[in-house]
Amino acid sequence: MMGKAVRERFEELKKNALKDFPGMDGKKGITIYVGTATCGRSAGSLEVLSSFEDILKTLNIEARIVQVGCHGHCYAEPMAVVSKPGWPPIMYGYLTPNRAQILIRRFFNEEDPALEWALGAMEENDIVPTVYETPRWSRERRWLLKNCGCIDPEDINHYIAVSGYEGLTCALKIEPLEIIEEIKKAGLRGLGGAGFDTWKKWDICRDAPEFPKYLICNADEGDPGAFMDRTILESDPHSIIEGMIIAGYAIGAESGYIYVRKEYPQAVSVLTTAVYQARELGLLGKNILDSKISFDIKINQGAGAFVCGEETALIASIEGKRGMPNPRPPYPANRGLWGKPTLINNVKTLASIPKILVYGNEKVSSVGMEGCMGTAVFALAGKIKNAGLVEIPFGTTLREIIFDIGGGVPPIIKVSNVAGELPKTIKKQFKAVQIGGPSGGCLPESLLDTPVCFDTIVETGAIMGSGGMVVLDEDNCAVETARYFLEFTQKESCGKCTFCRIGTKHMLNILADITQGAGIMEDLDLLEELAETVKQGSLCNLGKTAPNPILTTLCYFREEYEAHILDKRCPSLECKDLIAYYIIPEKCQRACDACVGSCPTEAIYTRRDRLKAIDQEKCVKCANCMDACPAQYDAVIKISPISQLPESEPRDDNRSN
Amino acid sequence: METLSLTINGKEIVAEKGKKVLWAALENGIFIPHLCSAGENSLPFGGCRLCFVEVEGKKEPVASCTEEVTDGMIVNTRTASVLRLVRMAFELIMSRHPIICRECPANKKCALQDISREMGFKLKPKKLPQILPDLPVDDSHSLFTYNPNLCVLCGLCVYICNEIVKEAILDFNFRGFITKVGTFQNRPLAKAKCNSCLKCVEACPVGALSRK
Ligand code: SF4
Ligand code: SF4
Ligand code: FES
Repeated sequence: MMGKAVRERFEELKKNALKDFPGMDGKKGITIYVGTATCGRSAGSLEVLSSFEDILKTLNIEARIVQVGCHGHCYAEPMAVVSKPGWPPIMYGYLTPNRAQILIRRFFNEEDPALEWALGAMEENDIVPTVYETPRWSRERRWLLKNCGCIDPEDINHYIAVSGYEGLTCALKIEPLEIIEEIKKAGLRGLGGAGFDTWKKWDICRDAPEFPKYLICNADEGDPGAFMDRTILESDPHSIIEGMIIAGYAIGAESGYIYVRKEYPQAVSVLTTAVYQARELGLLGKNILDSKISFDIKINQGAGAFVCGEETALIASIEGKRGMPNPRPPYPANRGLWGKPTLINNVKTLASIPKILVYGNEKVSSVGMEGCMGTAVFALAGKIKNAGLVEIPFGTTLREIIFDIGGGVPPIIKVSNVAGELPKTIKKQFKAVQIGGPSGGCLPESLLDTPVCFDTIVETGAIMGSGGMVVLDEDNCAVETARYFLEFTQKESCGKCTFCRIGTKHMLNILADITQGAGIMEDLDLLEELAETVKQGSLCNLGKTAPNPILTTLCYFREEYEAHILDKRCPSLECKDLIAYYIIPEKCQRACDACVGSCPTEAIYTRRDRLKAIDQEKCVKCANCMDACPAQYDAVIKISPISQLPESEPRDDNRSN
Repeated sequence: METLSLTINGKEIVAEKGKKVLWAALENGIFIPHLCSAGENSLPFGGCRLCFVEVEGKKEPVASCTEEVTDGMIVNTRTASVLRLVRMAFELIMSRHPIICRECPANKKCALQDISREMGFKLKPKKLPQILPDLPVDDSHSLFTYNPNLCVLCGLCVYICNEIVKEAILDFNFRGFITKVGTFQNRPLAKAKCNSCLKCVEACPVGALSRK
């Protein structure tokens, strides 16, 4: 009986929502969607937005501007979709305030859609190729990101108009155990990184005898280079809220928390609005959609500790204590927040729930691979052409993600200072990909054909983690990469347990020594032993995974460690203490002094033969001269080991530099 | 009370249901190194990582202060994989702990000396260099001193202050290697207006908290 009333109530909401929803089809007039999530804003989308407003006013064009979230194509921000009657909706990238103005003038005055700035159309048509045909979109399977960038996250009616809260309506029609069964059949695993079966967690929590129960959405994304959760929080907050209501119903919890880091101010504000609007429409609070179910959400801001992503530390933090992990068992599902059974799921896991109920488990589990069904979202960053978010079926290989979707490693472009001469493109080789952030591992080219899934990635020594993928190229040193991540984990260690608090410090010191050329071969054995014991002995997953960057680089790039130690050489020419900048006399040009002014320490002097040279005593290795040297000469190089530096030529005493 | 039997290092022992392996062993005269466990009835802290044992059927050593006894359980406290971990944990602790026993207020009643004697570990780390932090000593209180450089972060004082005395003066400050015990906003102890019960000083297993 409950089902019917719920459905009616939902249809009412949807009818109402559709009234005002502009849609992409242009039927309701001209609409311009501007992406104003954090990535867009930092690329200048707010300026683009006001530029659109200005020009529309000047030209007296009646149009609606909608602020939307992020499509995940962060590399092309600022982005906008222009939907004009008679045309398919067209997506534009790399906008500037100026381009926005020109675009509108051309499109609306001259019927010229300025296709050179277009990424593609958002709908099938005969005029403009669609974005879905591009290599990136064609391989993606957008379920979690489906609404991101297409709806206004601060208007609940947009979400409802695109069938949001439909999953909840389906869920309320069936029994909690049937929901859990559905999740089980869909094969959903914890997308926060651990990959634990979601249904099992729910089931344990549901079976726990104590009441009340709590539900927590873990939105404490803290890995450097990861921003999947932020995008979903900012672009499609209701998918999380809807997932939480369903989860609450399934396990018998009536209150939920969203634990979101304070460093995501926009996410916090979007969520606050979303929760408020959901309450207004009766989707949160007592008797949701006129059913007997009640559920409400509180937003909790974390104070910026990486360790609070760990379940037990997160709970301590919500309770107002210092965010420190506790031994498990007892697991939160039995004894969590305020000592009560608590379910903690990641943002992406919860956002998947409504989709499973709407699509049905067969559809979801038909995608992916054995043991890992459905899709995964990755954040591509580092030395990659198309940085941003990608959502792919599990089982896609790393190579496909990095090269086919991400566009591979971008070259370096060096500009010549001769008029008319083309810039020089210097190709860069792929070296490794760091998966799973500071807790993950560094995988070389030879492992790129690994299909992505929780279990296959663990076999390589990395972890799936929450989905950060940082691409490294030939200029990135493996030892320095490990050192960088260890510095992060050491600072973020909560300080509770011996292995993590002190062990990571020793490992960091050893790595620092090696990058400075002060390492010895015995260090490698000690490093390995420390890494293994810290991994085994630490209390929580922060410590248990902190050695992964070391263990994987030691395994796949051991020769680089050895080069640093034995030859005092950094093969990637990155470690400052092991390199020197040098101007090749044969390439240096007498008439040029482009490098001289670029040097912050006046280390560049003129030799007796009027060529330039670097005073190594003064050089601070900032690389400015290398960038300043025009492409047609390209005379500045890095040399490692420093002992290979040719002897320096005397200075021309008649000159000041 | 329900009891069950288990073997530790080949010795058959009887323990109450719900008891942790650490306490079952200690009560039966079997030494397992430990610093941070506040007693049977407290929630385990799990910080010192010295109390590892091997339980037959489990892939990896487990912390005995969190592991409940089960019937027929077979426990070993000195296997190679246990010793590898415990030795390293002890080395790590000693690598940031100055070895100044003769000047230390806890000399001869120090848990680190006990572990060293019982386990045959040297106090001075063999593999690791010492990294001694030079943190300021809090001498402000009229009755006791806190020297963070001697602190092993076992958390016993924090536990006593918050859960037993319920004064809630002490907690941990900072993160990472420089984590220390301190008051709210790391103010001097004298400013924290504690009731001077000195229970934290009694609890400290080393010389970090000492009477004046
Ligand atoms: S592993 Fe690190 S973060 Fe986790 S409890 Fe130990 S010290 Fe804290
Ligand atoms: S002061 Fe003593 S009791 Fe307190 S944490 Fe340090 S070593 Fe433990
Ligand atoms: S006594 Fe078990 S970890 Fe300290």
